[in-house]
Amino acid sequence: MTAEPRTLLDKVWDAHVMATRPDGQALLAIDRHLLHEGSFHAFGMLDHAGRAVRRPDLTFAVADHYVPSRDRGAPIPDPEIATMVSGLAGNAGRHGIRHFGLEDPGQGIVHVIAPEQGLTLPGLTVVCGDSHTSTHGAFGALGFGIGATEVAHVLATQALWQRRPKSLRVTIDGRLGPHVAAKDVVLAIIAALGAGGAVGHVLEYAGSAIRGLSMEGRLTICNMSIEAGARAGMIAPDDTTFAFLEGRPFAPRGDAFARAVAAWRALPTDDGARFDREVVLEAGAIAPTVTWGTSPETAVPVTAAVPDPSAEADGTKAGQMRAMLDYMGLAPGTPLEAVAIDRVFIGSCTNSRIEDLRAAAGVLRGRRAAVPGLVVPGSGPVRRQAEAEGLDAVFRDAGLEWGEPGCSMCVGINGDLVPAGERCASTTNRNFPGRQGPNARTHLMSPAMAAAAALTGRLTDIRRLGTP
Amino acid sequence: MQPFTTLRAVAVALDVANVDTDQILPARFLKKPRSAGYGGFLFHDERRRGDAFPLDRPGNAGAGILVADRNFGCGSSREGAVYALVDAGIRCVVAPSFGDIFASNAAKNGLLTITLPEDAAAALRARLGAEPGTVLTVDLPAETLTGPEGGAIPFPIDPFRKRCLVEGLDDVDLTLEHADAIAAYEAAVARDEPWRVPART
Ligand code: SF4
Repeated sequence: MTAEPRTLLDKVWDAHVMATRPDGQALLAIDRHLLHEGSFHAFGMLDHAGRAVRRPDLTFAVADHYVPSRDRGAPIPDPEIATMVSGLAGNAGRHGIRHFGLEDPGQGIVHVIAPEQGLTLPGLTVVCGDSHTSTHGAFGALGFGIGATEVAHVLATQALWQRRPKSLRVTIDGRLGPHVAAKDVVLAIIAALGAGGAVGHVLEYAGSAIRGLSMEGRLTICNMSIEAGARAGMIAPDDTTFAFLEGRPFAPRGDAFARAVAAWRALPTDDGARFDREVVLEAGAIAPTVTWGTSPETAVPVTAAVPDPSAEADGTKAGQMRAMLDYMGLAPGTPLEAVAIDRVFIGSCTNSRIEDLRAAAGVLRGRRAAVPGLVVPGSGPVRRQAEAEGLDAVFRDAGLEWGEPGCSMCVGINGDLVPAGERCASTTNRNFPGRQGPNARTHLMSPAMAAAAALTGRLTDIRRLGTP
Repeated sequence: MQPFTTLRAVAVALDVANVDTDQILPARFLKKPRSAGYGGFLFHDERRRGDAFPLDRPGNAGAGILVADRNFGCGSSREGAVYALVDAGIRCVVAPSFGDIFASNAAKNGLLTITLPEDAAAALRARLGAEPGTVLTVDLPAETLTGPEGGAIPFPIDPFRKRCLVEGLDDVDLTLEHADAIAAYEAAVARDEPWRVPART
């Protein structure tokens, strides 16, 4: 008798179920619990109940959301922000949790550093009080975001009650066109599924176009799974994955690594395994992409024009489009390439890895930006690598600012805000109203596209601009 | 957590799809201690932009129920978005669909999320938009939502989520009933798959 074919999700899920309730909820074992400054609510709940952290050895804390992007040597001027950063250090210290603080060479954005340090491994469950925990699925892990009460629950029990999600496979075969990056692929996926299209599902990204991506590209794709409503996105581990992990500080070594790889090779979805839904996209049809509205689902090819709400038959939808255009300050029918921008931001857990910085620097090298901008590497190691390659000089020579690692202008809570009414070409993941600052306008795009926009001061098709 | 059984309250329509948690609670308020009360931060920036926000229109004061469009609570996992709703007196949100993390956060804080079909939610919003101050009744044990002139609409709810809301249960205590299973699982991982535990550096 042969076993029923299973998906990657099935395999990771089944391996973590410790108990099942009559109502179908499973008690999942958690392999990695990542914390950032926002976990103060959860520590408060833990302390209030007088509970201890069950597995400090599986728990890792990093300061990223509130850390300053400049003047790291000086004290943080805003006392509330300083308290957020020092509060995490205090909570981690009290509970014996490894903490990547401001002075740590490994510090950076939580979803950048966990893969970089070898904390994220195939087949693991990874949780964090942050919706972009979906990023870690790039390794074939099941990574998902949780709320503060659930963070407190994981701190106390190293477990979480979950209902098995549905599965949705997105298959993309073929070759990506010139200058089409992982960011364009995931924006195209979100546009196809809708911002809530994958609610209740875990996405698996498959097909030759996905297999051909580097780990950086896969991380970008899985990162934005949440923007289609999926709590997690996964990509089957392969030789690209294993080569990335070997030798990383917290990854298994020597014989243990070989045993791990043997186990990881059994993780990919079996032939004939059934998904609840299947979506197929053609790699060659994906263009350099930008968003026009205040939801990532408003992603369109940069060659398109701002859509016209009066062409929308559904009155409610037309009204919602009008509200988005009003917020964004855009007129229907305007070619997107005619839209002038005020600044650029290159960074965030979506696009702040070395490959992203290389792509942006490749466009900017030897040229001057027409608008101001900020480039923030995802981690200390990325920052040092970029500096070793001279990328920081490329950005500075172009007139952009080179920052210290953290979330920065992605969410603006460290003080790096897009001023009200300004339009930002951004490599981040959310264009929600107010996301980069009250009344700030965000257009999402790839690092190369953001660099192209910086050069021209408009949304720009990177294919037209080319690289020198 | 405040147990949830029945609720009779003014319901307000929010005709917006994909209402994200950044709109519900702008990020700059995330560093506030819960004891500060999050009610004043609810839709802080949306309420200060353009026309009167639905919650601030005449007749809608003291609302306890929101009726929204698809994918309510998408985006950031911030539980503060739920604190803002609850602290402002909202105990129930009705929508065709919800962000998964938001819905789970809501259940843990006594905020009921009711999923209705797209057309039923749209009809309800139209009605509320036309008649501000309309009172709806939610009966969680009976799993029904009732308008002013009767006609109970049944809604589905996860049985465990319902039990937690009705009884105000503490999840951690329930989980610790499985302490033996957790310990046995951890021992098996240490024995059979030691590579799953991080190398400490
Ligand atoms: S970079 Fe942005 S999306 Fe990523 S964790 Fe930080 S704030 Fe969240």
